[in-house]
Amino acid sequence: MPAGRRRTIAMSDLATRAALATPQIIARRARGLSDRAIAWIFIAPTIFLLLAVNIFPLIWTVRLSFTDFKANRANRAVEWVGFENYQKILTDDRVWQSMQATAHFLVWTIVFQVLIGFTLAWLINRKFKGNDLWTTIIVFPMMLSPAVVGNFWTFLYQPQIGLFNYVVSFFTGIDPASFQMLGSVDLSPWAIVIVDTWMWSPFVMLICLAGLRSIPDYIYEAAEIDRATKWRQFWTITIPMVLPFLMLAVLFRGIENFKMFDLVVQLTGGGPGDTTQLASINLKREAFEKWRTGYSSAFAIILFVTVFGLASIYVKALNKVKDR
Amino acid sequence: MNNSITEPSLVQKWIAGTLVILYALVTLTPLVWIFLTGFKTPPDSISYPPKVVFEPSLEGYVNLFTTRTRVSPEELAALPPPETWYDEIVRDREMVIAGPSKFAERFVNSVIIGFGSTFLSIFLGTLSAYAFSRFKVPLKDDLLFFILSTRMMPPIAVAIPIFLMYRSLGLSDTHLGMILLYTAVNISLAVWLLKGFIDEIPREYEEAALIDGYSRFQAFVKVVLPQAATGIASTAIFCLIFAWNEYAFAVLLTSGTAQTAPPFIPTIIGVGGLDWPAIAAAATIFLLPIMIFTILLRKHLLRGITFGAVRK
Repeated sequence: MPAGRRRTIAMSDLATRAALATPQIIARRARGLSDRAIAWIFIAPTIFLLLAVNIFPLIWTVRLSFTDFKANRANRAVEWVGFENYQKILTDDRVWQSMQATAHFLVWTIVFQVLIGFTLAWLINRKFKGNDLWTTIIVFPMMLSPAVVGNFWTFLYQPQIGLFNYVVSFFTGIDPASFQMLGSVDLSPWAIVIVDTWMWSPFVMLICLAGLRSIPDYIYEAAEIDRATKWRQFWTITIPMVLPFLMLAVLFRGIENFKMFDLVVQLTGGGPGDTTQLASINLKREAFEKWRTGYSSAFAIILFVTVFGLASIYVKALNKVKDR
Repeated sequence: MNNSITEPSLVQKWIAGTLVILYALVTLTPLVWIFLTGFKTPPDSISYPPKVVFEPSLEGYVNLFTTRTRVSPEELAALPPPETWYDEIVRDREMVIAGPSKFAERFVNSVIIGFGSTFLSIFLGTLSAYAFSRFKVPLKDDLLFFILSTRMMPPIAVAIPIFLMYRSLGLSDTHLGMILLYTAVNISLAVWLLKGFIDEIPREYEEAALIDGYSRFQAFVKVVLPQAATGIASTAIFCLIFAWNEYAFAVLLTSGTAQTAPPFIPTIIGVGGLDWPAIAAAATIFLLPIMIFTILLRKHLLRGITFGAVRK
């Protein structure tokens, strides 16, 4: 936001002026290492760790993606295959199927989470008594381990004995043994959307709440004086002011769900058939079950470039909305 | 009395409150069900309709911490009478305790790796955040963006070379390997959050300390660190929660000595299928600390989650 930026500029301005006014005193008194040396000593370990555990492996992945290396047969002669892996991936039906499954998961989780998250934030912002306690309770699911919780949801989704099926049959009268949330090709893509929405709507809610609380009261007071209806205030003040926050929440959820692995692998393992085989699950199978290391490295690079590309385009759009 | 025209009316508050509480209760149901299932007997846990009222039993917890072998009724009759309450529970199922299960070990691994990586991320993160906040670092914005962008990588994308690298360095399935890995994932968040907290501490405090004859390093330790304590604590909780919950790297890179609880819990098997009360007991033990943390530290946590959104 421009206001924030202006403040930081003013702050650093002040600091520079202060530094110019008192350099001799400080320089004389500050014994030991120079600021520059301290800065590098403080930053170097972090950068080194990130290079060793993030960047170096990434470069290695790029290298592997041009070979036919298999990690389970490390002694076999490795051949350079050029872009063959990339070509194979882009023409592989299973890959496109997994991208479709990912897109379905991504779009619907975001739709539901935005609707539920924004509504909850709007309601909580009515400032009823005890709202912070209930906010904390709503936040619980997103703090918990997705693998452990996802595993337990398979129990809730059991036909007949599962609580989810029982509750559905209680309200609709459908026989609880007649549908399998995780075993049916039609229902399983929705089963994973339901659990992810349960887990992560609170995240969208918290960010929206921060957005709603950032709107100063005087704007509404001015609108009230101008006799704007509540409905009009909602669409011309609330929504535009919260939009940048909401878009940020969508960005975070989008990146996370594009990479989605733990929750869905525990819920369905990608099944039945390949219906819920999201990109990351497909990648894991290729890399650690079929051991097609070269091929899966190329797949990993394609996924990384896709996330990075989509996120950059989105951030540009977000900045436009913010500057408006 | 409403003192402002923007204050919601009482009716509005009442409706909003009811709806939010309803949602909270629905969202809480699966978690309550985990807790209840932990105290059911295996037959109760899979009864139809699902039992809400039942006789509580500790069988799930006993099964979670032990391995058992089945014995014939004659052998059972020949055994001396059960010495402890848990022996009794097991014998009622015509079994005897064969030894402890691996759950306690896996839980301890989670604690070691969780706290180890949190300590390291906070230690390194605070140093870099301070340097980024206070000093002129060449290419500062690029470095900060680089640190952030490492978070966009799908874990599986770097898992392949890390798997190979760890195999050749002898780090696979070790505590140290997992601590370094989780630190690398956490540190980007730690640097960004901590930089925000340190930015808020007025520089004048340190400058005063420098004029009083402190060295830069002394000023950092004695002036900045105490001021940033709350920020450091809430960042630590985030790092701990991430390491505690992480599954993808854990399942790919650990199998035995350093395996954490999340990949272990779904594999708990009883007689004739998954032992749901034992799994629920494990989940309860594993999830409860995080829920308690969330309640105790709610103010700081909620601030931390929305941090990126509020500041920028």
